[in-house]
Amino acid sequence: MRFGLSEDQTLLDATVRRLLADQAPLNAVRAYADGSDDHALWATLCELGLGGLLVPEDAGGLGLGVLDAAVIAEALGYHVTPAPFLGTAVLFPRALAAAGLSEDPTWQARLGAVLDGSLRVGVAFPQAGGQRSRDSVTASGESVSGTVTLALDDVANAYLVASGDGALWWVEASASGCAREAFETVDRSRRCCRLTLTDCSATLLSRDLGVLAELRAVAWVILAADSLGAGRAMLDKAVAYAGEREQFNRPIATFQAVKHMCAEMAAELEPCTALVWYAAHCQDHIRDEALTTAGHAKALLGDVGQFVAKTATEVHGGMGFTDLVGLHYWFKRIGFNRQAFGNPQRIRAELADLQGW
Amino acid sequence: MDLSYGPHYEAFREEVRSFLARHGKDAPRGEGLRSEKVLAWQRLLIEHGYAARTIPKAYGGFGAAPDILESRIIAEEFAAARVSPGLGGQGISMLVPTLLEVGTEAQKTTFIPPTIRGEMLWCQGYSEPGAGSDLAALRTSAVVDGDDFVVNGQKIWTSTAHLADWIFCLVRTEPEAPKHQGISFLLFPMSTLGIEVRPLVDMTGVANFNEVFFTDVHVPRGQIVGQRGEGWKVANTILGHERGSLGDPNATMARFNALLELMRRETVDGQRLIDNPLFRDRLAALQSRVLAMRLHDMRLLSNKVNDARAPLANLITKLQGTELRHELEGFAIDVLGELGLAYGDNPDKQDGGSWQTSYMYFLGLIIGGGTSQIQKNIISERGLGMPREPKLAK
Ligand SMILES: Cc1cc2nc3c(=O)[nH]c(=O)nc-3n(C[C@H](O)[C@H](O)[C@H](O)COP(=O)(O)OP(=O)(O)OC[C@H]3O[C@@H](n4cnc5c(N)ncnc54)[C@H](O)[C@@H]3O)c2cc1C
Repeated sequence: MRFGLSEDQTLLDATVRRLLADQAPLNAVRAYADGSDDHALWATLCELGLGGLLVPEDAGGLGLGVLDAAVIAEALGYHVTPAPFLGTAVLFPRALAAAGLSEDPTWQARLGAVLDGSLRVGVAFPQAGGQRSRDSVTASGESVSGTVTLALDDVANAYLVASGDGALWWVEASASGCAREAFETVDRSRRCCRLTLTDCSATLLSRDLGVLAELRAVAWVILAADSLGAGRAMLDKAVAYAGEREQFNRPIATFQAVKHMCAEMAAELEPCTALVWYAAHCQDHIRDEALTTAGHAKALLGDVGQFVAKTATEVHGGMGFTDLVGLHYWFKRIGFNRQAFGNPQRIRAELADLQGW
Repeated sequence: MDLSYGPHYEAFREEVRSFLARHGKDAPRGEGLRSEKVLAWQRLLIEHGYAARTIPKAYGGFGAAPDILESRIIAEEFAAARVSPGLGGQGISMLVPTLLEVGTEAQKTTFIPPTIRGEMLWCQGYSEPGAGSDLAALRTSAVVDGDDFVVNGQKIWTSTAHLADWIFCLVRTEPEAPKHQGISFLLFPMSTLGIEVRPLVDMTGVANFNEVFFTDVHVPRGQIVGQRGEGWKVANTILGHERGSLGDPNATMARFNALLELMRRETVDGQRLIDNPLFRDRLAALQSRVLAMRLHDMRLLSNKVNDARAPLANLITKLQGTELRHELEGFAIDVLGELGLAYGDNPDKQDGGSWQTSYMYFLGLIIGGGTSQIQKNIISERGLGMPREPKLAK
């Protein structure tokens, strides 16, 4: 019995974290926020195998699972790393597997292109966070039309697009009828876009509603893991800052109010680790609980993340509010993770329905 | 991630189940601590290794090698069958492990067998009026007089002192030494001359804890555990055990299920409580946290089995477990509205009035065994490495 990470997973985690600390410091995040791209960093991460994490071994990938992906997501969140991880490395291979297409030669070729970072896949699920009247995608034959206000990755080569009937489509960014413009969000460690599709040619991946539900659950887990990592980073920064900053002739870490803020962050974050691991494990191994545990992880990390983001900022005093220490990158990333693909209230309403309450 | 316990343990689980199927009907259900039914059940459990499992045979136990998963399976199966898992209490859960670690051979053979059989009940005399969170400030004194210690002073909040046969007690034997080094750990009968027990009624209306007064109480010098002045260390060999056991996540999960049931059953304005969208949201939010704590508990179990260290993870359990349980009980009162106030003999109270009682009882557990604030001190200092507060200049 082992409830936790395997030796391989621990090793992968340590390797990725070392690389991120080295190659993706806050300066790199700032540069991305100011408009430079993340291609070189993603290529480096792909050399470690991150692109092919979930790609089957016979297509050249590592053939790993959602728990491995969650470990990486936590590390990426810890470093607020800009990377097309969720769409390209997680949801795309997962979508093919769920749609039964992983063995198909055309798709295998595309999976191959994911390995080295040359193919980036964005995500355009308009209904993931609740269907809005301005977001709708309709399909007719082999083409799709409509708008998706928030799609992940503004420079993807192709998008996974969900149409209003719950079918899943593959849309190439270069296809005629596919237009995108920046959709600026508060989180500048990721770039999103608005997709406008006008009779745009598309390839059907699946009409099975279960496929979309599954992808959404996996996305929930990954976003939860990302917030767990970002929250941990904020706690670590708060503890370190409190140890250095002096007021009233003593480190503020000796003030009990400050210690208790840190203790509360730790106490809230710690059980989230087990929840995120378990929810991730369920995606591959316990199908019955996959959706509910993913929902719980996403909803809880939404709330705990928000609490930690606020509290850690307060521990830094005015410095926390400045751009100088850059704490706000974590604050905003956690805010993004809370809203994207459904906020906690919406997910809890779904959880209640799912359980037949 | 490997959640299976493996074939050896699944076979063991079957054994426990068949024991429960055969004997479950003989288990006590609400009988008093000293009743023959309770004592007979305890003896049966020890004989089969479901109580005092790892206590050596020489001390009246079953003598199995410690095995965390076997113990866990026993607990799981007894809980699932809703059968009494045998006796607990401070003697069995705190004193016995302490004696096993630091007691003399004579102490082990004298005290462990009757304690685990439920024939010798104990209370824990630590807290004093002037020594609560700052336990090491305790002042109850023990002065050597010939072959005896003579104990004078007062304890407070002593749970079950009115029922106990014996007390394990922290006293000051070296008044000149620094405060943590002048304490000793004594054992003596509650029937000793000079002990007076005054019950204290708690907020639930029950008198389960007490004030205990000592006036020239003579305790033979051999009834000290550990050396003179080492009482603080002795007490701390097991304080950790106590903290972990408060706010059991599986019990909290069971309460969550009872709450869910309640909210489906009760209606207000023609609507089930659970159909109120605000209640529904809060219930689902509680469920996330109950689930997280249960999984957290599995992580801790796994760490024990695999010898993995996660100090921070251990330290948060008492704080989060008791606070969550208290919040859950309070939420049940909220959803019941005015009906949630029903108490005492009121025939309208729901679920035997357990929501109000537990709401208060768990506030007691938030305070007892190291308050939530003390837990946060511990988490920040030992878990996060933050500095202690500077001492005030005298
Ligand atoms: C139901 C119940 C059963 C109990 N059973 C027993 C028993 O069987 N045997 C026994 O010996 N004791 C028992 N106790 C006593 C229990 O251990 C103490 O109540 C507890 O340690 C707190 O001490 P106190 O009551 O003196 O509160 P105080 O220490 O006076 O605390 C009052 C408030 O001050 C805060 N505070 C104190 N020090 C600090 C600090 N350093 N930093 C921040 N905040 C601080 C506390 O958190 C609390 O909010 C029991 C208590 C309860 C409630």
